[in-house]
Amino acid sequence: MFEISELNKTNMRVERLYRTLFFMMVLLLVLPVLIILGTLIYKGGSVISLEFLFTSPTDGMTAGGILPALIGTVWLVSVALLVSVPLGVAAAIYLNEYAGNNWFTRIINLAIINLAGVPSIVHALFGVGAFVIFFGFGTSILAASLTLAIMTLPVVIVATRESLAAVPMAFREAMWNMGATRWQTIRRVVLPNAISGILTGVILEVSRTTGETAPIMFTGAAFFLPFLPESVFDQTMALSLHLFVVSTQVPGVPEALPYGVALVLVALVLIMNSLSIAFRVYLRGKKKW
Amino acid sequence: MVSEQGGAAATQASSAAPIKVAVRDVTISYGGVAALSGVSLEVREHEVFGIIGPANAGKTSFLKALNRMDSFTDGMGVEGDIHFDGVPVDRLRNVYALRKRIGVVFPLPVGLPMTIYENVALAPRLSGINRKAELDLIVERCLMRAALWDEVKDRLNSLGSLLSGGQQQRLTIARALSQQPEVLMLDEFSIAVDPVTTMRIEEVLKELRSEMTIILVTNLVQQAERLANRTAFFLGGECIEVGDTAELFAGQVEDQRTRDYIEGKFG
Repeated sequence: MFEISELNKTNMRVERLYRTLFFMMVLLLVLPVLIILGTLIYKGGSVISLEFLFTSPTDGMTAGGILPALIGTVWLVSVALLVSVPLGVAAAIYLNEYAGNNWFTRIINLAIINLAGVPSIVHALFGVGAFVIFFGFGTSILAASLTLAIMTLPVVIVATRESLAAVPMAFREAMWNMGATRWQTIRRVVLPNAISGILTGVILEVSRTTGETAPIMFTGAAFFLPFLPESVFDQTMALSLHLFVVSTQVPGVPEALPYGVALVLVALVLIMNSLSIAFRVYLRGKKKW
Repeated sequence: MVSEQGGAAATQASSAAPIKVAVRDVTISYGGVAALSGVSLEVREHEVFGIIGPANAGKTSFLKALNRMDSFTDGMGVEGDIHFDGVPVDRLRNVYALRKRIGVVFPLPVGLPMTIYENVALAPRLSGINRKAELDLIVERCLMRAALWDEVKDRLNSLGSLLSGGQQQRLTIARALSQQPEVLMLDEFSIAVDPVTTMRIEEVLKELRSEMTIILVTNLVQQAERLANRTAFFLGGECIEVGDTAELFAGQVEDQRTRDYIEGKFG
């Protein structure tokens, strides 16, 4: 009864074929990542040193380090986070925990999806119009960070909503039946169990914000500044823009320098992502149901 | 049978008892589609009021309407009058106070993702009790009355969700008791629980009925017979009849369908 028929044979052959096909696709996916990282390390690894990280560019940006750009990126990302995380998490809590399913929330959902689809250069122009000119922040960290924040809001909202929705409804119902208000339920049961997903979303946002160039070009990031920013109303250099500048705008830059800057940028994002994964694994270990 | 005698005695006491929950002409709908229509009945203080009926009869919706869960449920609408202690609940703004007075036990046990201790201490904490000694006392007493104390007293700080199904259901009961409820509503509590635990919980309920009103929705006809003073039969979104449990089970029914359901001749 276990003899192999012609049909079985065909099925098994097709099975092998698809398995191999899908595996090749996975390899294809990994390849660019390896090539990019390999090239960056091979060509830019030589310039990486403590001095490179902790000094300013010199000689018309053809030599020296990247400290102002590094610090500037930290400023931009931090201020953007300070704005987008509270705003995005609060909006997600409202949409997932309070709002009913009606035309109003459907329009909001549509708006969020559209916001996520707006190209970053359009966000940049919006930032110029709204923050630089209308609110009068000038080209500053504040204007650039607000632009970044608006751009990444959908990521925060969607990630937060998904992790809120993953908390079983039965927990909420048990709390409500006990006479808990919605907020008591959110604070004591929903948020503590959704926090790992929310943080993952936040860190993803950080790594995306770190690399963005267009939204900060016109709103707060400078070509070259000899000093470090002291407040959110200063302009600043940024790693992503600095990479663009040294690779295309300045003559006479040694070949290794842009690769070194790119390597630092990629490393920063990778470290951020690894942290996010490690943190999620840690929190999943503590999951309570 | 012992339970029948107990039931009869309790019935005599409760017929004179004041009305705890009065329901008149209540219709419950979801998105305009009625799940339960035209229900009128009264639940008296300190009685066990049984509700039997097949799936989709509207039993769970009925419980949800009593503690105003409609205000937290999308698309759920309740028409008609529900009075709790003589107060109409539909105009109540403080639904939280109402829900605190009504403990609920669900079909599937819900151990909240926190420790056993925190599960039981939660309701008191929500109503502002924060002194450790007082909470300790409440937790011990509620777990004791839910017949769970002996099994968990040495591991109060382990997760409630790690308990077995039967233990979690008793934890849910302990949690409901920690609200010091006046009414305890149980929705098919034995559906995910082994027979031994079911019997233990039934013993617990027999103890509790001297202190509170119990509304027992059950999928087991015999459970209603064992516990309920009076029983309502729900079918297809209607309340077919309400009667003294002993009389219903002795065959004194107004509607033939009630007798068929009780005798298991249904469908």
